Formats: sequence, C-alpha cells, structure tokens
Amino acid sequence: MERFEYASPVSRKEAVGLLAETWGETEILAGGTDVLSRMKDYVSTPKRLVSLKRIKDLKGVHYAPGHGLRIGSMATLREIKVNTYVQRYYPALVDTANLIRSQQLHSMGTIGGSLLQRPRCWYYRLGYGLLAQYEGKSLPPEGDNRYHAILGNSGPAYFTSPSTFAPILIALEARVELLGPSGSRTIPLEKLFTTPTKTGEREHTLHPNEIVTEILVPPAGGIRSAVHEIRQKEGLDWALTAAAVALHMKDNTVRSARVVLGQVAPVPWDSQEAAHALVGKTLSEQVAEAAGKAAVSEATPLSMNGYKVQLTRVAVKRAVLQAAKGGA
Amino acid sequence: MKTKRGQGPEKGTGNVSRRDFLRGAGVAVSGTLLVGESMAEPAEASGQARGPGEVPVTLRINGEARQLDLEPRVTLLDALRDRLGITGAKKVCDRATCGACTVLLDDEPVYACTVLAIEAEGHNVTTIEHFSKGGQLHPVMKAFVDHDAQQCGFCTPGFVMASIAFLKNHPNPSLEEVEKGLGGNLCRCGTYHGIRLAVLEAAKTMTAQDEGGSIHG
Repeated sequence: MERFEYASPVSRKEAVGLLAETWGETEILAGGTDVLSRMKDYVSTPKRLVSLKRIKDLKGVHYAPGHGLRIGSMATLREIKVNTYVQRYYPALVDTANLIRSQQLHSMGTIGGSLLQRPRCWYYRLGYGLLAQYEGKSLPPEGDNRYHAILGNSGPAYFTSPSTFAPILIALEARVELLGPSGSRTIPLEKLFTTPTKTGEREHTLHPNEIVTEILVPPAGGIRSAVHEIRQKEGLDWALTAAAVALHMKDNTVRSARVVLGQVAPVPWDSQEAAHALVGKTLSEQVAEAAGKAAVSEATPLSMNGYKVQLTRVAVKRAVLQAAKGGA
Repeated sequence: MKTKRGQGPEKGTGNVSRRDFLRGAGVAVSGTLLVGESMAEPAEASGQARGPGEVPVTLRINGEARQLDLEPRVTLLDALRDRLGITGAKKVCDRATCGACTVLLDDEPVYACTVLAIEAEGHNVTTIEHFSKGGQLHPVMKAFVDHDAQQCGFCTPGFVMASIAFLKNHPNPSLEEVEKGLGGNLCRCGTYHGIRLAVLEAAKTMTAQDEGGSIHG
C-alpha cells in the first residue's frame, strides 16, 4: 500500500477536522477490514487515515424504552450480538451478525463500517473505478456479471450494495446521525445510500468530511422481523442475495411491511412491490410467495445473473415466513 | 507493501529451527525490550497526524513491550514477522479472509494482516508463541496433534488461535457451533474434520482441567 499519515483523534469534532473536503485525500479507519484491503490493492490511496478507535463516545450499544436502540458507529459486531437488549428486542440483528461467519470480523468489524464498506464488484476492486468503465465503456454488461445487480441496474452503476446490516436496519426504520464541520444531521438510513450516475460520485451520501456517529433504531414492540440470505458457501463470504423483512401484524394480518433486499442493486433495495403484496393480507405460504414474486417483478438481470432473480424470490418468501413466526 | 526486513535478527535466526522456535526456545527479537512498561495510551498529542515516515511505536506482545520505528502503513502481522521475528502468525491471503494470521488483541481474535501495528499501541497482543511456553503444549495444540488436524500445517497456528478464542466464549460447544464458529479460518488441505474433532476434544480436556483447578493457556 502507499504511504499515508495516521491520525487517531479522541473526539468526534477533532475527527471531522482531520477529514478533507474532497474524496480521495482522506479515509476513515473504523474496523479496517475493508479500507485496508482496498489500500493494499491501491483501489484507495488516501494521504491520511483517520482512525475513530480512540473516540470513546462512538462506542457502545444503549437501549431506552420508548426511544429504542442507539448504536455507536464504532460498536463492534460482537458488542451488538452479545447485547442483552438487542437479543431480547431485536433478535434479527443478532441473526444478521451471525451471517458474518467470522469471529475475527465480529471483533474487528463495526456497525458503521458495515454500512460504509465499498462494493465487492471485481471491476471496481481491480481498479476500473466504481462504475467499472474502460475507455468510457461499462464493463459489466458484456463482461462477467454473475454477481452484479438485477435491480436498479439501468446503468452506469452495476455493482451491488454489500452491507449485511443495511437491509435489516432499513426495514426496522433506523436513522443515522452524521457529524460534519457545520454540525450534525440525522437522516433515515436509506438516505445514506445513493446510486452514482457519474465518475467521482460515491454510493453513499456521506460528505467527505463527515462521520457516522450513531445508528438509531426505533422501539421494535409489535414488529416481527427476519433476515434470510442465500449463499454460495456457509463459510465467510458475502451472500448471493439477501432479504430483510419487518412486519407490523395484527393477529395474523399484516398492517404494514417493509421488505429490503441486499446484494441485488447498487443500494439496499426497498421493495415497495413486495410490501404492497403483503399489506392487508392474512399471512400464508401463498402470500409470502406472492411477495417474493412481486419483489423481482421489475428485475432486469444481466447476461449471467438471471439465477439471482429466482434466489431473491425465494429469499423474500423465506424471510417473510420466518418473520411471521415471530422472527428466528 | 514494502516493509524493511533485516533490522536485527529475523526468522530462522542463527541455528534455531522453526520447531525450536515454536517451542519457545531461543527467540531472538529486534527492538528494545521494555519488560514491565506500563500500558500507556499512545503519547502523541491528540489529533496530531503521524507519519508517513517511520514513527516510534511501542507494542506489547505476549506480555513484553517492544519498541519499533514503523511507518503507519506497516501491519501488525508484518511488524511481528518481519521486524520482530515472531513468525507463528502466518501471511496467506493478507485480506482479512483466511485467518492464518489470527492473533489476540486484548483477548479478542483478530486478523493481524488487517490491523495496523500503530493501531495496536496500548493494547495487549497475544500470539501463538505465548501458548507453548517451555515446550508445554496448550490443550488445543495437543488435540490438534492427536486428531491429525493438519496436513501442510500452514493454517494451523491461525486455527489454534481461533480455537482458543472460540473455546473461551463456547466452553462446551456442539459440532455445529464449532463449524460455524471457526468460519473465519480456511484450510486449503481440507482438514476441517480433524480440526472440529480436535476442538471438541480440547473443550472436554479444558473443562476437566478447569474443574481440577489446573491452569491452561
């Protein structure tokens, strides 16, 4: 990797002050599991790395009745997984942590890093840029696109959002608090993600000199939620497709629903179609199946990833049924 | 990435074989030995950037403080292997995936390839060398031998460290828990069956030792 200078501030404000106003100059170091790998491959070449590890008030998982869960952006996946309140009120978050099959990543990885990790698109990782272009031409449509997007892929972005935690947190209506030079702002988590349309844009709306400080999850009373991934292997890897479901139920009838897909689009894909197929229905296997079908009704697979349409359909169906049972 | 080799004795120092080395005999290290130094937080003024050239870094490894001059880009794994001659942790994928470089940072398992050495300042680093002092094998190591849980052996130190960390949180695991719990380590020879049996066996031994009041690890 290239040489860089290293800063490890002890306060949030100091951290923001150390970040540059433009992308490329500085990078945030949280758990490091993505950024350091990118730097070793010269995909990211910051002149300065700003570690958030010594900022004590970015750590911790707190729960308050009526307010819900407040997760510091530097809370590790293990802290989240072993937290009594998370286990009691948000079991789908524990299941989500367990989908990341590495105790090392549970120690190292942070929730902020899970949300802000960069895509796994192999063209991006090989240095062709986030939009995977060579001489002005997009590579994925005619190249090896087996793991690329099946939704929201009209171009020029074909990569998929890699975050394991974003879909379930969005389904649970989480918000994120960001801090920049002019103060803090809180946005719904889905607004943290965007599909870039031209070179130089990122897939996050975070400004170059902002940090994620907290993730706020509302009280989950009466919500049934679940995640389901379909994977190539049981060991450590990103899923081929993932579905997160949160249902407000009255008796066996769905009052409202949120179905968010991972690994299928450049952003966590909030499927209105799937939610629509569930609301007002009495849950059954047929209804869950209809939700799966609706989730992929707008899918436009590329030459090699048609299989992801079927897998996503099944993932949604299984996540809905699992959630209906009260989560698993 | 480039790190300077050849600062003081390296792995394979003198006539010490790898095996002797792993037994903990004759470990020669570079850097100043500062036994008993207190675990201070990094002393630089808060927020002040350090580097990109070499900066003084104090690491506490297996209970001993070591002072090094390192560029911030040097990983903990490279500092251990190339600068301190502590070669139990192996470099394989170098991308936080295979687990061959697993060490404990404040008793939690981490991929040493993906922690910067400078980040490890103020924390306790434990490597596999810590667990075989005086030629005495840790129960996990003994179980790996008894169950033929290695073939080429290159992933073994990482698996042993991962198993020790796993058993701390799961003293009485099921086979399925072992399978999932060690998902962060890869063995290209495919010795998983032996490894799983070894971990189950070590769990029994360690529980029995605990009940008997003897000390391990």
